[in-house]
Amino acid sequence: MTDGRLSVALAQIDPALGDRGRNLERHREWVKRAADAGARLLVFPELSLTGYFLKDLVPESAIQLDSKEMRDLAALSSELDIVLGTVIESPDHRYFNASLYFSQGELVHMHRKVYLPTYGMFDEQRYFAPGDRFRSFATPFGRAGMLVCEDIWHLSSAYILSLEGVDMIICPSSSPGRGITTDERLGTAESYRLVCRTYAQFLTTFFLYCNRVGFEDGANFWGGSMVIGPNGDIIAQHEDPEEALVLATIDLADVRRERLANPLLRDERIELTINELRRVWHERTRKPF
Amino acid sequence: MSAPASLSDPVFPPLQINPELVKGILVGFIQNEVRKVGFERVVLNLSGGVDSSLVAFLATEALGRDNVMALILPYKNSDPKSRLDALEVVAQLGIRHFEIDITAQVDAYFARFPEADQVRRGNKMARERMTIAYDHSLAWRALVIGTSNKTELLLGYGTIYGDMASAINPIGDLYKTQVWQLADAVGVPTAIVQKAPSADLWTGQSDETELGFQYRMIDQLLYYLVERRYSVEELKRQGFDDTFISEIMRRVRENQYKRRLPVIAKLSSRTIDRDFRYPRDWGR
Repeated sequence: MTDGRLSVALAQIDPALGDRGRNLERHREWVKRAADAGARLLVFPELSLTGYFLKDLVPESAIQLDSKEMRDLAALSSELDIVLGTVIESPDHRYFNASLYFSQGELVHMHRKVYLPTYGMFDEQRYFAPGDRFRSFATPFGRAGMLVCEDIWHLSSAYILSLEGVDMIICPSSSPGRGITTDERLGTAESYRLVCRTYAQFLTTFFLYCNRVGFEDGANFWGGSMVIGPNGDIIAQHEDPEEALVLATIDLADVRRERLANPLLRDERIELTINELRRVWHERTRKPF
Repeated sequence: MSAPASLSDPVFPPLQINPELVKGILVGFIQNEVRKVGFERVVLNLSGGVDSSLVAFLATEALGRDNVMALILPYKNSDPKSRLDALEVVAQLGIRHFEIDITAQVDAYFARFPEADQVRRGNKMARERMTIAYDHSLAWRALVIGTSNKTELLLGYGTIYGDMASAINPIGDLYKTQVWQLADAVGVPTAIVQKAPSADLWTGQSDETELGFQYRMIDQLLYYLVERRYSVEELKRQGFDDTFISEIMRRVRENQYKRRLPVIAKLSSRTIDRDFRYPRDWGR
C-alpha cells in the first residue's frame, strides 16, 4: 500500500437467522471471493454472523472474546482485513451488538453499538446493552472508526470519530427497507444515501456502508452498500437488494487532497463545541424539573 | 356510495406507489419466506377479486406457474361472474386450479340451524374455504398464501380463521387503493381491478355498502390515523367528518383481537409471545 491505493470490498450478504455455524461457513466463502478479487479489506454487515431480528436468540447467538469461536473468526483475516458483526457476551454477561475489526489473524478493534434503536419495528434495548464509547483505531491503511447502523443517525458519533482524525468510517448495517412512494427507491435507501454522503463530505473522510439483504419475518433488507469518497461522491454501490460483492479501489491520498481543498477539519473549534455543549448540559440539568 | 374503482380517478398522493419497486420486494418476499421454510409451492383461494388475483400474479412471478395452485370455491349464491374472473386469471397465468363447490358442505351444516343469518353463513363459507386451502397445503406440500389487504385487516373486515388465515401474506401492508395500483401494473385484468369490491358471501354484497364508506376515503383517513398518527382533532381539521372518524376508529379498535393470537393466561416466567419471543424465521 505504498501509493495509498486500497482495494476494498463490501459483502452484501443474506445471513441466516440464528445459525452461527452456517454463517461462519458463508463468511469463509465470501472472504475467499474477496481475496480472489484482490481486496485487502472486506466489510460484512451488522450482525453478519447471527442475523438481525434475533429476539430471545441473542444469548445463545453470543460468543465471548476469549473463546474458540473468536479464534475462528480471527483466522478469517489471515489474507485480508475483515470487519464482521456478531453478538458479544461480556464476562459479566451483558450482550452487545458488536462490530469487530480483524487483521492478520488478530482482533484489532471492537465497537459495541451505542445507539440501540427501540422504537417502531426495533427492540434492541430489550436484548442488548449499549456500548459506551466511540474510538478510532489504526489499521494498515490509516485510521478508521466503526459505527453500527443506528449509530450514524446521531451526528455526534461520526463527529467524534472525525475529530480523532479518521481516514475512513466503516458502517456495517442491517437496515430494513420501508417507505413506499412513487420514488424509485425506498424511503430508507434514500435517507441512508443522504446521511452517508453528507458525513463523507462534511467530515472529508471515506465512508464504507455495508448493508445486508434478504428477509426476516417479512421485513426486507434493502442492500444498497456503498463506498463513498471524501468529497461525497459515491465510488461504488450495489443498489439492488441481492447478494453482491461490492468492489472499489480507493486512493487514501484523496483524504489529504480533499482536506487541502476544504479544510473543514482544520477550522473545527473543538473547545468551543465542548464549552457550548457543557453549557447546554448545565442548563438542562440545573432546571428543578 | 359503491362506485367502482376507476383507474382514471386521481389516487391520494401519499398512497401512490412505485409499482415496480413494490413488486420487486413482494416477489422477493414470497421466494424467500416460502423457500427458507422448505417449501417450493403456494396454494391460494382465488375469488376472482382484485386481492387474490394480485396475489396469484405475484406468486406466479415469484415461484413459477408450476408452483402455484388456485382454489376456486364457489357457493351456490356466489356471483357467477366471480368464478369466470377467477378462471380468467388461471388461464392467463397458466397455473393449476381446482374448482370445488362448497354448497353441499355449508348447507349440510346449516340444515341443523336454518335460522342462521347471513353473517353466520358468510363466516362459515370463509372457514370452509380455509379448511380446503389447508387440506391442499398438506396434500400438495404448499404454503397457504394470504390475500388480506391492510385496509380490511385494520377494519377487521374479514373472518377470523377464515379468509384471514394464512402462512404468509404479501399484501397485508398495502391499502386497498394501493392494491388497485399494483394489480393494474402487474397485469391483473382491468375488469377485475375496476369491479366493485365484494366479499361475495351473498348475492349483491358490496364492501363499500357494508362498510358505509368508499375505500378511497377510508384509506385517506387510515393514512393520517395509522401512518401519520394524527389525533382526532387533527383529523377533523383535515376535513374528515366526525361520524366517519369515530366509526373507522371504532372498527380498528374493536377488531384488534382478530389481528392477534389468542390471549394466553399468564402463569409461568416465560409465556408464549409475551416473554418467550422468537422470530418465526428461527434458524432459517
